[in-house]
Amino acid sequence: MIDLGKYAFDVWLAYAVSLGLVGGLVVQTVLRARAVKRRLGEAEE
Amino acid sequence: MSLSDRIWAWANPRKFMALSGAILPWAWGLAALCLGVGLIWGFAFTPDDFRMGSSVKIIYVHVPTAFIAINAWFMMLLASLVWLVRRHHVSALAARAAAPVGLVMTVAALATGAIWGKPMWGTYWAWDPRLTSFLILALFYVGYIALWEAVESPDAAADLTSVLCLVGSVFAVLSRYAAQFWNQGLHQGASLSLDAEENVADVFWQPLVLTLVGFGALFVALVLQRTRTEIRVRRLHSLKARARAEAPA
Repeated sequence: MIDLGKYAFDVWLAYAVSLGLVGGLVVQTVLRARAVKRRLGEAEE
Repeated sequence: MSLSDRIWAWANPRKFMALSGAILPWAWGLAALCLGVGLIWGFAFTPDDFRMGSSVKIIYVHVPTAFIAINAWFMMLLASLVWLVRRHHVSALAARAAAPVGLVMTVAALATGAIWGKPMWGTYWAWDPRLTSFLILALFYVGYIALWEAVESPDAAADLTSVLCLVGSVFAVLSRYAAQFWNQGLHQGASLSLDAEENVADVFWQPLVLTLVGFGALFVALVLQRTRTEIRVRRLHSLKARARAEAPA
């Protein structure tokens, strides 16, 4: 296990917050892209 | 066909979809590779700083998100100018697609900065020039997204948001250069610069460059993906409008 010393909480929190935000954006982007592509496919049939 | 004509030809939605479809897997792949390697390298295999201790590892998420936050606005500015001058719809949709990405990066930079600021400065927040201009940039992102949602006519929304983007560019510039302009406050100057004397030590610099490339590729992938979605939404709306017009009264 990596020893982050007295700043461990700050470092973990910074990574969790930033990766959580960016990961959420990626998931939202991909899910919306799939949903819109499916709806457009249905509308064009 | 001149080079200029060839470049502008990519503003055609059909050509843009073909080109972006070919680029996207590479952009996602490059982002995953660089972020995976860069973040693990920076987090697990770099030493502590002699003054900041292990908190220096926050640099690998703070600096790239701040870098993208500012440059996303400049990309929106470029796309907005193309819309205002050439009236290419894809450029307006690309600017719209980039705004949520820029907002998330700005919020991430503000949050990681606050988390880093507490142990280093003794406070989560100070009305420092760079921090304040970054907060205003975040508010401009929110206003820009809200304006797109509020105006029903897509062309009118593109016009209004393009003007807002021009105005907001002042704060994007201030966010980048605030530490130099005012030369005061808690925030340091640039961590990376073409001037080698200002750069962080190599042991931190190498994984930092990798995460910057990773976040840059992620930005490209997200914007291309979201622009493709906006184009499809526009197409969906026009199909629905045509169906309504052709429906018997």
